[in-house]
Amino acid sequence: MAATTSVQAPPLLSVRDLTVRFRTRAGTITAVDGVSFDLAEGETLAVLGETGSGKSVTAQALMGLVPRPAGRITGGEIHYGGVDLLTRPAAERRRLNGTDLAMVFQDPLSSLNPVFRVGTQIGEPFRRRRGASRAQARRKAIELMERVGIPAAARRVDDFPHQFSGGMRQRVMIAMALALQPKVLIADEPTTALDVTVQAQIMALLAELKAEHRMSMIMITHDLGVVAGVADRVMIMYAGRVAETGPLREVYEAAGHPYTRGLMASIPEVSGQRDRLTPIPGSPPDLTRLPGGCPFRPRCSFATDVCAAERPALLPVPTRPATHLAACHHAEEVVTDGVAG
Amino acid sequence: MTAYLIRRIVFALFVLWGAVTIVFLVLRLVPGDPAQLILGSDATAAEIAALRTQMGLDRSLPVQYGHYLGDVVRFDFGNSYRYHRDAMGLVLDRLPATLQLAVVAMVIALVLGIGLGVVAALRVNRFADRVVSVFALLSQSMPSFWIGIVFILVFARQLNWLASGGRGGLDRLILPGLTLALPVIAILIRLTRSGLLDVVHENYIQTARAKGLGERVVIFPHAIRNALIPIVTVAGIEFGKLLGGAVIVETVFSWPGAGRLLIDSISARDYNVVQAAILLIAAGFVAINLIVDVLYGYLDPRIRLGR
Amino acid sequence: MDRTAVAPATDLLPPPDDVAPKAGKPLGRLRIIGSLVVIGLYVLAAIFGPILLKYDSVATDLGARLKPPGTTLPDGSFAVFGTDQVGQDVLAQMMQGARVSITVGVATLLLAGIIGVAAGLAAGYLGGWLDAVLMRLGDVQLTFPSILLAIFIASILGPSVVNVVIVLSISNWVTFARVTRSQVLSIKERDFVDAARTLGARSWHLVTRTILPSAIAPILVVATVELGHVILAEASLSFLGLGTPASTPSWGVTIANGRDYLSNAWWISTIPGIFLAILVISFGVLGDALRDRFDPRLRSM
Repeated sequence: MAATTSVQAPPLLSVRDLTVRFRTRAGTITAVDGVSFDLAEGETLAVLGETGSGKSVTAQALMGLVPRPAGRITGGEIHYGGVDLLTRPAAERRRLNGTDLAMVFQDPLSSLNPVFRVGTQIGEPFRRRRGASRAQARRKAIELMERVGIPAAARRVDDFPHQFSGGMRQRVMIAMALALQPKVLIADEPTTALDVTVQAQIMALLAELKAEHRMSMIMITHDLGVVAGVADRVMIMYAGRVAETGPLREVYEAAGHPYTRGLMASIPEVSGQRDRLTPIPGSPPDLTRLPGGCPFRPRCSFATDVCAAERPALLPVPTRPATHLAACHHAEEVVTDGVAG
Repeated sequence: MTAYLIRRIVFALFVLWGAVTIVFLVLRLVPGDPAQLILGSDATAAEIAALRTQMGLDRSLPVQYGHYLGDVVRFDFGNSYRYHRDAMGLVLDRLPATLQLAVVAMVIALVLGIGLGVVAALRVNRFADRVVSVFALLSQSMPSFWIGIVFILVFARQLNWLASGGRGGLDRLILPGLTLALPVIAILIRLTRSGLLDVVHENYIQTARAKGLGERVVIFPHAIRNALIPIVTVAGIEFGKLLGGAVIVETVFSWPGAGRLLIDSISARDYNVVQAAILLIAAGFVAINLIVDVLYGYLDPRIRLGR
Repeated sequence: MDRTAVAPATDLLPPPDDVAPKAGKPLGRLRIIGSLVVIGLYVLAAIFGPILLKYDSVATDLGARLKPPGTTLPDGSFAVFGTDQVGQDVLAQMMQGARVSITVGVATLLLAGIIGVAAGLAAGYLGGWLDAVLMRLGDVQLTFPSILLAIFIASILGPSVVNVVIVLSISNWVTFARVTRSQVLSIKERDFVDAARTLGARSWHLVTRTILPSAIAPILVVATVELGHVILAEASLSFLGLGTPASTPSWGVTIANGRDYLSNAWWISTIPGIFLAILVISFGVLGDALRDRFDPRLRSM
């Protein structure tokens, strides 16, 4: 696989050919199918895709959170700190959570334990993994709450999750994730459950924290507009595979995969021209019955016979920088068509 | 929380009133003459008439009801026909024995029920789980009076380990306590098992793992603390039911509690004692339910601090 | 209290179903068939047993009393489970007892079921004050330990089979009412009911033809489990002398009678109890299997 980073230092996190399968009542589905990507230090990668694209499962696989026994990681490597995590025992992988890899989830109300105080939950990593006393942990919790912008932190540290508003709860989750200063923060649709105005605040907060802590971030979302100001690179997933990846601006200006083109065209723009929205034709793929060849073919206006026969490999897009890859037999054509139209 | 408490207290009082009224109505509306019932078939007409006047049965129903309520509130249930003393006092004397039995049974039930339920949940669908589930099924299906008899047969008669009757220390408590506890153990096993299995799928458990907490910490306390809330409620209700089940167990083990007094009084047709015992046990049940409601409100911060 | 979780943050199908029995369908069917077979055997024994092996409640044969299981009696008959304190064959008693228990159980279930389902239908469909009154009544009754209520009423009415049925029906109608009511509430808003209503169907027709059939399955599940409970309750009442009269050899009475002879004739109390337990277990297994098949949400019942 070609290198996908643009900096010279070795990547912090390197995923190769990751495959995750699920057993369901409808059959076995391959939720993540041969996904590869790198994450450099201090870099923000946006992972974009619809429901069912495999973006959240990829994150779960990184953190060792794939729900068992229905889900299994059946192949691939996750290189971190010079080691392939998938060869290590589960307990060792679990220990990396919080200290090296941390995650913020989509719905903070159900992701926070309702019967424990917020301060207890934020301070828990200090107590259980750093041997801090209850008082020390509480101080750290207040500190973190202030850092993420929760007003009156000293008073609210003893409140329960249901006593906070949605945006404040998400800040609590972020504080909790940052407690042990992880190197990689994975945010799985962190703003989807929030109001639009609050979304912007949370995104700004994440950008600040990232810079301050020199963290790498993986931002999972289905909404490109949300990550536009924050992400360095973008990886677009479809049907469990990487459809396209590259620097954000580059992919935005010269999309090499028809799906990416479709995504761009279906984003409502508040400013600028009021064009009609162009939704992507067809419906999301049924993962139990994927067609052979390219999974996007049924919805693609560029499809030809070769698309049904051969699965496209993730390769650099011709005429574009080497860091821009797309899995499409007709990438060059897509780019030309996009730039022209 | 206060609003919640007030609602529960009002409900409890309402239930108590309902119980009192039902006891009153059943005794008086049942075909046949209550006085006749009490005195038996060989009483003379004069004796029956005298008792009727004494019981106030010659008054109209609402008037009787008013008197009755007044008596109940003052804990005046008349005298025991057999022992010639205050009926309620008699019941109250026997109450500690019943409570002792019920508490012991509850402790056994909580420890075994919740403990085994946790084991079954952590080893779901494996051997341990199946064994525990079968045990729960058996415990729930076997009549408690029969199990008590079998226990006596095996442990007291054959093996001569434990005494078979009468009140006493631990050796006399354990057999009746275990017998009384069995149906509750079964329910607690099922509830704990399914509750824990449900909680383990919740999002905040995923968060706990994402924080790098080990599986043991994820279960205790993160999962358990949440699963316990509904279990506490049921445990409380079951404790109340234990008071009812105690009637049978006390009879089998000759344990001198209020339950046995109730049964004996029934066969002796000592209806004053019967009423007193029934209402006292019912009141105990309602009180326990109320305590459980309060406990539940306290344990769930969402109720404790308002939504 | 609402503890529903938002679908887990995985863009995938429902959470893994590692809780349901692994074998799924075949095991479920085995449970249903197995328990039905056992119950069927009991019913057969109840119907034909007393005909084949006569039991006379007043006969005594002191020469044959307290014989252990497997003895051949002086008159040539073989006592599989021994004889009791008046010389009666225990097996004959048990089969007669099966007749009593099953009759009481079925009668109670029918009575409680009809009252309960009617109440539940009325409460659910008509709503309003009727619903409030019935449900309050049910709540109040449920907060009263049922055995206590049964004991109290039985103590007034006296031991007899009819009274037992009445008493147990009073204790059990609430469960039926609750299940029916919740079914009605969830069904009456559904489209096919609306469709029937717009076609001009009148209330009675709506209730019996559209709502009731959909509600039947959970009611059946509840009925199965309740049948087991009722049989247990009847045995308990009889044991205390408050159920069937002492002359009717229901299992509770037999076990109670055997208490005095535990040291020298343990089989009188023990063996009927085993058979009682097996029957109740069968109903429990059947109820579980039916519930798993039709609606796992009833798990709490």
